[in-house]
Amino acid sequence: MSQVQLQDFEIVAREDLSPATFLLEVRHPLMAKAARPGQFVIVMSHAEGERIPLTIADFDRERGTITLVIQAVGKTTREMQQGCSVGSTLYGLVGPMGVPSPIGHARKVVCVGGGLGVAPIYPQARGFKQAGAYVIGVLGFRSRDLVFWEDRFRACCDELILCTDDGSAGLRGLVTEGIRQAISQHADIDEVVAIGPPVMMKGCADATRPHGIRTIVSLNPIMVDGTGMCGGCRVKIGDEVKFACVDGPDFDGHKVDFDDLMTRLRRYRSEEQAALQRWSEQCRLLGGR
Amino acid sequence: MAATKKKTIRTIPQRRTSAREQEPAARVKNFTEVTFAYKAEEALVEAERCLMCPDQPCVRGCPVGIDIPRFIEKISQKNLRAAYDVIGETNLLPAVCGRVCPQETQCEGVCTVGDTLEPVAIGRLERYVGDTAIENGWVNNPYIEPNGMRVGIVGSGPAGMACAADLAKAGCEVTVFEAFHQPGGVLRYGIPDFRLPNAVIDAEIENLRKIGVRFECNTLVGRLFTIAQMRDEMGFDAVFIGTGAGYPSMLGVPGDSLNGVLSANELLTRCNLMRAKDFPNVDTPMPLGRRVAVIGAGNTAMDAMRVCLRLGAEKVACVYRRSRAEAPARVEEVHHAEQEGVEFHWLAAPVAVLDDGKGSVRGMRCVKMELGEPDSSGRRRPLAVSGSEFDFECDQVVYAIGTNANPIIGQTSKLRLDKRGYIATDGDLATSMAGVYAGGDIVTGAATVIEAMGAGRRAAASIKAYLGLGDATAEASPQRLFGIPSGERNYARVRIA
Repeated sequence: MSQVQLQDFEIVAREDLSPATFLLEVRHPLMAKAARPGQFVIVMSHAEGERIPLTIADFDRERGTITLVIQAVGKTTREMQQGCSVGSTLYGLVGPMGVPSPIGHARKVVCVGGGLGVAPIYPQARGFKQAGAYVIGVLGFRSRDLVFWEDRFRACCDELILCTDDGSAGLRGLVTEGIRQAISQHADIDEVVAIGPPVMMKGCADATRPHGIRTIVSLNPIMVDGTGMCGGCRVKIGDEVKFACVDGPDFDGHKVDFDDLMTRLRRYRSEEQAALQRWSEQCRLLGGR
Repeated sequence: MAATKKKTIRTIPQRRTSAREQEPAARVKNFTEVTFAYKAEEALVEAERCLMCPDQPCVRGCPVGIDIPRFIEKISQKNLRAAYDVIGETNLLPAVCGRVCPQETQCEGVCTVGDTLEPVAIGRLERYVGDTAIENGWVNNPYIEPNGMRVGIVGSGPAGMACAADLAKAGCEVTVFEAFHQPGGVLRYGIPDFRLPNAVIDAEIENLRKIGVRFECNTLVGRLFTIAQMRDEMGFDAVFIGTGAGYPSMLGVPGDSLNGVLSANELLTRCNLMRAKDFPNVDTPMPLGRRVAVIGAGNTAMDAMRVCLRLGAEKVACVYRRSRAEAPARVEEVHHAEQEGVEFHWLAAPVAVLDDGKGSVRGMRCVKMELGEPDSSGRRRPLAVSGSEFDFECDQVVYAIGTNANPIIGQTSKLRLDKRGYIATDGDLATSMAGVYAGGDIVTGAATVIEAMGAGRRAAASIKAYLGLGDATAEASPQRLFGIPSGERNYARVRIA
């Protein structure tokens, strides 16, 4: 491997999983080889774009690709939803970042994914299954028509508990209901891994705390570089301050100060809203949606 | 030597030629460069001030040992190309170093003229030559005979650039890996445009490309591939690590995590690399403060303060626990910041950042300090004056209190580290892994651009020796390359608490 080519990363497949969620498979053979569950990348969609952290949802060493699942919520992600087609390229893609999740010796684990956390929990569930664990998947969606990757999860989970807000599929309620069900049926759960919005991960940590079950969460604070340089992603873990990008992103959910995380995630809310509004108006002017 | 009559301290121009600057009131509204380059006639006058003394203390004062009297003589002879070639023998980045070196503690600090008058403005002359070279597209572009050796360099900052240049000139195939999407390291993300324009960095990178150096961005070495893989699987015969010391220190006082508290690294990276000052025309938002307190008084602190002023802050205050005399920033930077309206609180240390009740900053509580006995750095230790707490209002707090070793290489390799997490090296900058060398801030802790370049060059000499490439002249004396007393070497390391 004498020549490496590390710019303009080609999108080789795209799948729209729901009106707001889409999947991109991007060619990057080196990263496909290096990536491990729990790691993330920083994407810059174009030269004037911002650097956004995205968890690696899957990697295929044979195809030489990594998979990202993106929720279109702000300006950058909506713009990507509109513009990222097969054959187009991403301006910047760097990673895999962060300390890989320790797929340890747990014999029975619950892998919990909700919202934007459904995709990134998948490589963990698969990793645990490959390591010989009994894997219980708990996935949360708003309703039945937003469910995706059920087949992928069924292939690597010994049990799968679907939760929907409206009860249109599986249990009615949040993923915490699913965790409670799993705990009530299995007294020997070694570990819970939860990925999703901070409020969900907080709920998961609260649900397992009384049972003393080790609970790992993957944090998603605001980042610029992702390499330990800006400190924007600092989080409070017990008495310590850690940088999610290089010390995490996985941390002990029972020690994370989620309120601090949620406050800090609001730091740029007004700028984010202004950018989204401005972009939406431009799209209208250009005769877009 | 030009046949002129011998100059004496009485015959040379007595006053140092001042460099023209943008007026403070105008420049705080823009990001264009504060200090203008010398005009040709100004440079000639200033060059006249060099006595060509036989002792040449300036050369010893320079971390890379530039032959300063000789390049100044070439300026006097109006042969700028030759002046550029003289500098190019030892320094790859004259346009950068002329701007950002702390000349007052290096070459100019020991200048013979400076014993009686103001020292020769060596930095400004160096910049003049560097800028002229860029304008004319000059490059020291020798014929290079490839030697078949491949060297991988981790980090594209000053250490990596200097190492790459020397190895490329020796005929090695050099690839530089950078984690960001653009090369340049601290020159790119850290130093603002008004002090070092991007065009200068682009020109210097382009010069490296012209001598065959490849830059690969978007590459996080350690995680994408490891140092061991570079050596054992990717076919690099040697590796140089120059990743810098970018992990910012936080203060560790109550209120540290409030919104509105950020590291100078974050502020500067958003503004410089991500161009967030142009938000919303670019997508990265900029944290704007109305009243900003910057903690620390190094060059990074000065840069952060002056960026905040340019972004429209009403008031910017510098809080430093020692006095002005101990401030580690270049004298010119403190002077410029003062001219632009920064309010200095010397001998004050933060005790807490105050919460507005909604998770954002409403002010800062400080305590007055006094100076006690000298500490290990040789500077007088600041001590808190009990009962002297005072509050002041601000909505943004920027920490510029130094940085620590970046942990990624340590996490992903078996390299031996020192107690503080920096990479341990021997006198040749060899690490504990054969064929792997390291230099710059990742070895010494935070220092200066020119010291990092000196380390990069020293490592290049060691790598050439390791690869068996005969080039005796490259073996410069380590003493001279690190010709700064060790106490001062880390002077940019400011830490509170």
